[in-house]
Amino acid sequence: MTCQDCKKNQAQVHFTQIVNNEKLSLSLCKDCASARGFHSPLDNVPFPLAEILSSLTTGLSEKTTGKDNEKLKCEACGLTFGDFTRKGRFGCGQCYRTFRTRLEGNMRKIHGASLHRGSIPKFEGEKTENLPIPVKEEARLETELRKAIESEDFERAAEIRDKLRLMKEDLERQEQAEKSKV
Amino acid sequence: MNTMFEQMAKNPAAWLSGKGNESLVVLSTRVRLARNIAGCMYPSSADTETKQRVVAYFDSVRERSKSLNEGLYFKAPEFSELDKNFLIERHLISPVFLNGDLSKALYIDTSERVSIMVNEEDHLRIQGLAPGLDARGAYKLARKFDKEIARHLEYDFDNDFGFLTACPTNAGTGMRVSVLIHLPGLVLTREIEKVISKITRSGLVVRGFYGEGSDVLGNLFQVSNQNTLGVSEDEIMELIEKVTKEINDNEAASRKRLMDEAADMMEDKIWRAYGILQNARMLTADEVMNLLSAVRLGHAMKIINFLDVSLINQILLLSQPAHLQKYYGSEMDPNKRDYVRAQLVREMLGSANGKGTRKGLQA
Repeated sequence: MTCQDCKKNQAQVHFTQIVNNEKLSLSLCKDCASARGFHSPLDNVPFPLAEILSSLTTGLSEKTTGKDNEKLKCEACGLTFGDFTRKGRFGCGQCYRTFRTRLEGNMRKIHGASLHRGSIPKFEGEKTENLPIPVKEEARLETELRKAIESEDFERAAEIRDKLRLMKEDLERQEQAEKSKV
Repeated sequence: MNTMFEQMAKNPAAWLSGKGNESLVVLSTRVRLARNIAGCMYPSSADTETKQRVVAYFDSVRERSKSLNEGLYFKAPEFSELDKNFLIERHLISPVFLNGDLSKALYIDTSERVSIMVNEEDHLRIQGLAPGLDARGAYKLARKFDKEIARHLEYDFDNDFGFLTACPTNAGTGMRVSVLIHLPGLVLTREIEKVISKITRSGLVVRGFYGEGSDVLGNLFQVSNQNTLGVSEDEIMELIEKVTKEINDNEAASRKRLMDEAADMMEDKIWRAYGILQNARMLTADEVMNLLSAVRLGHAMKIINFLDVSLINQILLLSQPAHLQKYYGSEMDPNKRDYVRAQLVREMLGSANGKGTRKGLQA
C-alpha cells in the first residue's frame, strides 16, 4: 500500500480511529506520518483533523452552496466559512460569533452538544463588563430556548432546557451552602 | 548542545515515576487546556507582530505571578532538532510546537509536571502531567496556572461555545485528558478490537501506534476524551477514570485467562524478552519498547519479582533516541545508538538484577 499523503513511498504507519461512529483510516509512510505529528506511541497522537472535518462538512455542503460559504466572512480576520470548511481551523475568536448559527449543527456533530457547561474564566483586570452574570445568562438562554422552539430545532431546545435546569440546580445548591454557613 | 537538557536526561521524568493509581497498567495521565487571548488572531493566521504581542502578554503575566516566575522559561526558543526531540519525548512539548517561526515561548515548571506552550495551535496550551491514573491530579496542576493567567489576561470566552479555540474540536472546556495505558493481555488474547469499539461508543478515543508490521508498538495505547463542549471538566474526568478502570478490569481478565490457559508460554515469552534485553549488543528503540512490554507484564504478574516499575519506565524513556544522546552527552548515528542503547539497557537491568539475586538468595 502506498502512502496516502505523498502517494510515493510505501505506507508503514497505519492508523484507525472511530469518531462518532465514522471510521477514519490513515496509511502513511514514515516521513508523512511524522509531518502530521505521529512520532512514537509515547507522543500525544494528534487527531486526523482534516479528515474529521471533511466528513463533517460533506453533509453540510449539500445543504448550502459553495457561493454562500464564500460570502459569509469574518470581519475581524477575513476568513470565509468556505475557508473554515477546507482548513478546519478558525482565524480568530470572532469567527465563532460570525458563523454562530451554522456552527451549532457542526458542534453537535463533533461534540454531541452545542452549549458549554464547564468552567467560566474569572478575569480580574480592568475590563469587567464582559463577565457573565448567571441571572443575565439565564434570561438569555430563555430567549434562545423560545427561538429554538419557534424554529422547531428541538435538539437545540432540549440542550438549552438541560443547561437551564443544571444552572438552576447549581444556584440552589450555592444558596443552600450559604444558608448553612450562616 | 544544550547542557541543561543533558542534566534533565539524567533525572527521571516525574510523570514516569511508576507511582499513582493503577500504575501497573496506566503509565501516566495528561490534562491539556487550550486557551486564547481575546482580540488576538490565532497563531496560524496571525502575523509575527500579533504573535509577539501574545508572548509579551504572557511575559507580563509571568512578572506578576510568583509560580510562573519559578521554573524554566524559553523565549523565541531556537532549539536544535535533538533538543526538540528531547522535549517531545519528555512530553513537555507537542511534536508540532517548534515547527515554523520563533514567535513562541515555552514555560516548564520546576517539577516538570506543568508546561505551557505559547503560540502552538492556540495562544496558550497549559498541560499537567501525573503518574498513573490521576486525571484530577493532572487537572489540578494545569488549573492552578490556568486560574493564575485568567486573573491577568482576558481569555476569549463565549457563553455558548465556552473557551474559544482555533479548532472546533477543542472548544468548550478546551480540555483534553489522555491516559497512556499498557494492554498486552488484551492484544495477546485478541480482545483488543472488541474493547476499543466498546470504548469509542462511550465517547472516548483510543489510539494505538503501529510500528513495522501489524503489532501495536509496546502494546501502548492512548485513551482520551473526544468531546470538549457540552460536558463539564468534572464529567470529562469522571468518564476517563471510569472507562480506564473498566479497561483495566478487562486487561486483568485477559491476563488471568492467559495464565490459566498458557502459563508456560507466558513465562517463556517474558523471560526470553528479559534475556534479550540483558544480553543483546544492538537494540533499536522500537525493539526495546516491545521487549519492555513483556517485561512490564512479567513484573505486573509477579513472574519477574525483582524489578521496579520506575526502572522499567526509566529504561523506556532513556532508550528513546534523543534521551539516549542527551544522557551520553553526544550526538550519535543510528548504528552507534543501537549499540550504546543495548549497553545502557544491560547496565540498568544488571544493577536491578544484582540486587534481586542477593535478596533471592537470602530468602
